Amino acid sequence: MTAVTPYRSDLRAGRDGFWQLVRAEWTKFRTVHGWVAGVATGALLVVGLGLSFAAGSHSSCSKGPVEVPCPVPPLGPGGQAVEDRFFFVHQPLDGDGVITARVTSMTGLIRKPDATPGVRNVVAGVVPWAKAGIMIKESTEQGASYAAVMVTGSHGVRMQHDFTEDVAGRPGGVSPRSPRWLRLTRTGDTITGEESPDGRRWTRVGTARLEGLPARARIGLFVASPGDLTISPNAAGGSIAASRFAEATAVVDRVSVRGAGTGGTWKSDDIGVTTEVDGVTPHHPGRLERSGGTFAVTGVGDVAPLTGESTVERTLTGAMAGLIAVIVVGVLFVTAEYRRRLIHTTMLASPRRGRVLAAKAVVIGSVTFLAGLSAAGVTLPAGRRILRGNGVFTQPVPLLTELRVIAGVAALLAVAAVLGLALGALFRRSATAVVVAVAATLVPYVLAIMSFLPESVSEWLLRITPAAGFAIQQSVPEYPQVLAHYAPVAGYYPLAPWAGFAVLCGYTAAALALAAYRLRGRDV
Amino acid sequence: MRYAVYAEWTKLRTMPGPGWLLAGTVVLTVALSAVAASSVTCASAGCGHDAARIGLQGVQLGQATVALLAVLMVCGEYGTGMIRTSLVAMPRRTAVLAAKAAVLTGLTLAAGTAAVLGSVLAGRLLLPGSGFTPAHGYPPLSPADGPTLRAAAGSVLYLALIALLSLGVATAVRDSAAATGTVLGLLYLLPLAVRMVADEEAQRLLWQLSPASAGLAVQATTDAAVLPLGPWAGLGVLAAWASAALLAGGLLLRRRDA
Repeated sequence: MTAVTPYRSDLRAGRDGFWQLVRAEWTKFRTVHGWVAGVATGALLVVGLGLSFAAGSHSSCSKGPVEVPCPVPPLGPGGQAVEDRFFFVHQPLDGDGVITARVTSMTGLIRKPDATPGVRNVVAGVVPWAKAGIMIKESTEQGASYAAVMVTGSHGVRMQHDFTEDVAGRPGGVSPRSPRWLRLTRTGDTITGEESPDGRRWTRVGTARLEGLPARARIGLFVASPGDLTISPNAAGGSIAASRFAEATAVVDRVSVRGAGTGGTWKSDDIGVTTEVDGVTPHHPGRLERSGGTFAVTGVGDVAPLTGESTVERTLTGAMAGLIAVIVVGVLFVTAEYRRRLIHTTMLASPRRGRVLAAKAVVIGSVTFLAGLSAAGVTLPAGRRILRGNGVFTQPVPLLTELRVIAGVAALLAVAAVLGLALGALFRRSATAVVVAVAATLVPYVLAIMSFLPESVSEWLLRITPAAGFAIQQSVPEYPQVLAHYAPVAGYYPLAPWAGFAVLCGYTAAALALAAYRLRGRDV
Repeated sequence: MRYAVYAEWTKLRTMPGPGWLLAGTVVLTVALSAVAASSVTCASAGCGHDAARIGLQGVQLGQATVALLAVLMVCGEYGTGMIRTSLVAMPRRTAVLAAKAAVLTGLTLAAGTAAVLGSVLAGRLLLPGSGFTPAHGYPPLSPADGPTLRAAAGSVLYLALIALLSLGVATAVRDSAAATGTVLGLLYLLPLAVRMVADEEAQRLLWQLSPASAGLAVQATTDAAVLPLGPWAGLGVLAAWASAALLAGGLLLRRRDA
């Protein structure tokens, strides 16, 4: 009997670490022209569509017969675009000082949608965020730093400063029988706002630090009233918001100002008033009617951060088209292996199937992320430049937010590609996987902004489906103290940027886990 | 030709996928229509909604499964290599495509009719609960009413035309993932792009050219006048898309090696 020695190869055993697997997958990816072309197409769609949308957007304003560049909104102390339009009755204040006033009534006019076409339908009333109160402001320049304590239409007493900050005081409105006393005290850079029902018992509403407030500031009374917002369904799907003129009138008495520089005459300024086409006549002017110590101040406008659709992420709308391209590549990255039977070789070379899927996810995710990053990184600044050249204003955002938008869009593409990969591994059929991936990511978004579904349903769609991930590109936050059309159609998502993105990641992780589980259990 | 149609019918009948997809079309369409009908509210008379359009909203979702069916009909054969057998058996390639188109049209018309009737029924039952009552100027949704009948019949035709468009694209592209991506992009991205365009003229033009936006104009019953295209003209745009796609697919099928 002879002992049989089993055959041993002289070659050293190859290494089969995870990175070898990643390298193998990367080799597969880069050698298939269609896939490289697919990812490149996705990136080019982001750039091409973004820049052509930017190039196609124009805005011009006319002043009488001449066309002039549109006015650019002022920027607040934080660098954000703001609306700073109100009626200000003020005095100079040098250094520390106090202003006290009593608001006894707040009334106003609101223009409602025309009942008979062409006939102005104006009713009495005050919009919820109409503001009347006292203010200390750096200067009468639009966008200058300020702190104010005020009575609002239906949100009670508020203390606000520097456009974005808002603190609630006592709720309830004002009337001659229950007036509201307001007091602002400046001590250096710090401004304290207080309120009182009777001028004796004072409650502090809040304090504000206005960095670098110059010694000479303006102190006085102000009234503003944002337009009345109506949202109506659009014939082509979705909804449209319209803001109509509203003005507020507050009656203020028992006004007392203390501090150096005060005590002179009151000066009235209609800060930021818009003009008629002739460029001189004010359009919807505010006014002051004074009898003795009683001031009736009427104002239009708002002192608040700007909301609206002029955001930087508008330049990245091509990401939707890029999304489909990368989903297709993600799906094919695995289904093509099944079709060409390469999967047998792959699984023979690396029997641990979950790792193969992980390596594929790493490769497709990184490739699409880098492609998306370069595409978005070029498109956003270039698109903004083109828009500016066309006279279209885009809201400035902090650098970190801008980076988040760019990297977020790239990550959106990457995660969508991985979702495609996972669904491809799960279904092993390209068409089914593509339809499911697109139906999960893009269709809810389309339904949310294009259909007749009411906004509550649209918002739920963007909370619970993978389409929530689009929230990552929202650059301007929602402000509770500004009434605006905060709807998906206007670029506002129901979830915070990272929360929305986490929903998409959660779905993708679940799909990957399910695919890995099924991959282990099934015959290839 | 009869045998070609019969062969396509046999191929389709003996696979589990198409049956599920047709059932899925009906279920998804009726489900989304029901969600829309129960969630859109009409608080007072003259609330500006188009009840028929809301009741038929599910077509937005049903078109995806119809497109998938059409893509699979062609690309499935390329994936498995069956196409070579089909073309050996029936060397007249346009006849193969025509047979596929005929079977597909028949099936989507049948499934579409079921889906649309289900949606109208759901709308009829659910819309009054959302405030679409005769008091607010909305009689119950009924296919006997002229504009509603046009919207319903038009939606069925819309689904069939979407299927033919997808069939043409799939024949031209051959790869199922790429074909699905292209069709879904046409159906869902073009309407989005319409929204993003700032220029009003360009927006109208793009709306008129977009197969989904223009095609769904056929569902408009109350606000047809404000849409950039009339109902039948809109469906005509989609028909032009479908014919162009079928023509391109047919020509490529004739010229290329299988």
